[in-house]
Amino acid sequence: MSSSCIMLVLTNIKTQLKSFLLEIGELSYFTSRFFKEAFKRPFEIKELLRQCYLMGNRSLLLVGVTGFIIGLVLTLQTRPTLIEFGAVSWMPSMVGISIVREIGPIITALVCAGKIGSGIGAELGSMRVTEQIDAMEVSGTNPFKYLVVTRVLATTLMLPLLVIIGDAIALYGSFLVENLKGNVSFTLFFNQVFNSLEFGDIIPATIKSFFFGFAIGIVGCFKGYYCKKGTAGVGKAANTAVVFTSLLLFIIDFIAVFVTDIFYDL
Amino acid sequence: MKDEQHIVTHFKNMKQQPVVLQIKDLYKSFGNNHVLNGFNMILHKGENLVIMGKSGSGKSVMIKCLVGLMEADKGIITVMGNDITTLNQESLDILRADIGFLFQGSALYDSMTVRENLEFPLRRHTKKFDKDIDTEKLVVEALGNVGLADAIDLMPSELSGGMKRRVALARTLILKPKIILYDEPTSGLDPITAKEIIILMKDIQTKYNTSSLIITHDVDCARVISDRMILLIDGIDYAVGTYKELSASDDPKIKAFFKH
Ligand SMILES: Nc1ncnc2c1ncn2[C@@H]1O[C@H](COP(=O)(O)OP(=O)(O)O)[C@@H](O)[C@H]1O
Ligand SMILES: [Mg+2]
Repeated sequence: MSSSCIMLVLTNIKTQLKSFLLEIGELSYFTSRFFKEAFKRPFEIKELLRQCYLMGNRSLLLVGVTGFIIGLVLTLQTRPTLIEFGAVSWMPSMVGISIVREIGPIITALVCAGKIGSGIGAELGSMRVTEQIDAMEVSGTNPFKYLVVTRVLATTLMLPLLVIIGDAIALYGSFLVENLKGNVSFTLFFNQVFNSLEFGDIIPATIKSFFFGFAIGIVGCFKGYYCKKGTAGVGKAANTAVVFTSLLLFIIDFIAVFVTDIFYDL
Repeated sequence: MKDEQHIVTHFKNMKQQPVVLQIKDLYKSFGNNHVLNGFNMILHKGENLVIMGKSGSGKSVMIKCLVGLMEADKGIITVMGNDITTLNQESLDILRADIGFLFQGSALYDSMTVRENLEFPLRRHTKKFDKDIDTEKLVVEALGNVGLADAIDLMPSELSGGMKRRVALARTLILKPKIILYDEPTSGLDPITAKEIIILMKDIQTKYNTSSLIITHDVDCARVISDRMILLIDGIDYAVGTYKELSASDDPKIKAFFKH
């Protein structure tokens, strides 16, 4: 009985793994098409700028609120431990490094995957289902360039910006706690933060953010562009875009940390 | 009787017109779903050809193969003398400027206003016109043609189904196409609005002397507008003829289309 149960679970995992790998293959093909089309004329600059504006505008508040809460919570939670070790003066450095290196980029990216990625998946999905993409193609506009290239470039460019804003707000949240509980001044707090940060922290985090942005855009577009017919297809496109992106974000994060670590050792 | 005579002579005259669209032996399947199994079709200049078929019989698939939105498995598709399967992207785009396509659900871009929807085809297909075309004038004129001049700044979500179809028609007309493909122009509309759209289609046909391929499963639409009809059954051109001829047929498969 239990062995058959295990078998069932194993076959389930096997089919899921298989479809995941298949998906990776199709996504790679889609990505290669992106690079082929992105450098060809005509460039849809106006649409790119519009997308950048829309994405930044739509997710700014969400990124700000999450960043602020993360900053508050992180500081509140670690304070007692640091006090126990008599190391509470290290708080700004610790919070600064952990937010800039890891928490800021990944949390912002996850929030944007939910907000922007699912939005792209649903938008392109419904355009596919209602034949708007076909209509674009017959009216002489390459829909891949007009819809996909602009959106992927927009997420790639906007995510690092959003990460920087998210980082800043998270640090401010952390400062508020320190200021209220430990009477640390603004100058002291941020002096310490910036003293402890090195280029070795900021550069890899920024590069990583570009990749995060690219992943969010390309997966959202991929899911929407190949959306199956019917309204159920649109919902599925939006949903799987978020799930798949989140998974991909952690994989990219892992690879990024791994590569950065190699550089540190050199 | 006299009416029938008229239609037959009209049909004979059509045959002397040049061929603008031709499909020969078209095959298309999706996995095990064999949708088209050797479909043939000829559209003459100035003709209104109606293609009827049950829903899911592959009408949309056929029309999409015709403009290169889908790749056929086998078959020859000639559009105004060009074999579309051999064309590169650029020549295909130039050819497409002469073909209007009215999509089944209107397919208006819902993030754009009516004006932007109409301007969209002009972005790329400007080669067809002089360098400095007056976009605004073209948009207003096209909207006027479908009787919707007031709707220019509305969003598609603010339009009724019939208005959407009209705007879509205006968007199709703005490039002054030589051939118009209609994919179920009256589907999802109430009978009165459907009739208005049909009248509009006839007006356009006489005004611009276009050749039209009309896909429908609406018998009334077929009766009013068709010079000639093709019944798409089992993936082939099962029957060809005028409305009068086909509606008088004894074949049960054909009869099924005409009984109310
Ligand atoms: N992109 C596609 N992938 C798989 N099957 C499709 C696709 N497009 C159409 N089909 C199938 O082809 C058949 C004909 O569809 P369609 O041409 O849309 O019918 P209709 O005659 O109602 O327009 C249907 O069975 C449909 O499931
Ligand atoms: Mg159809």
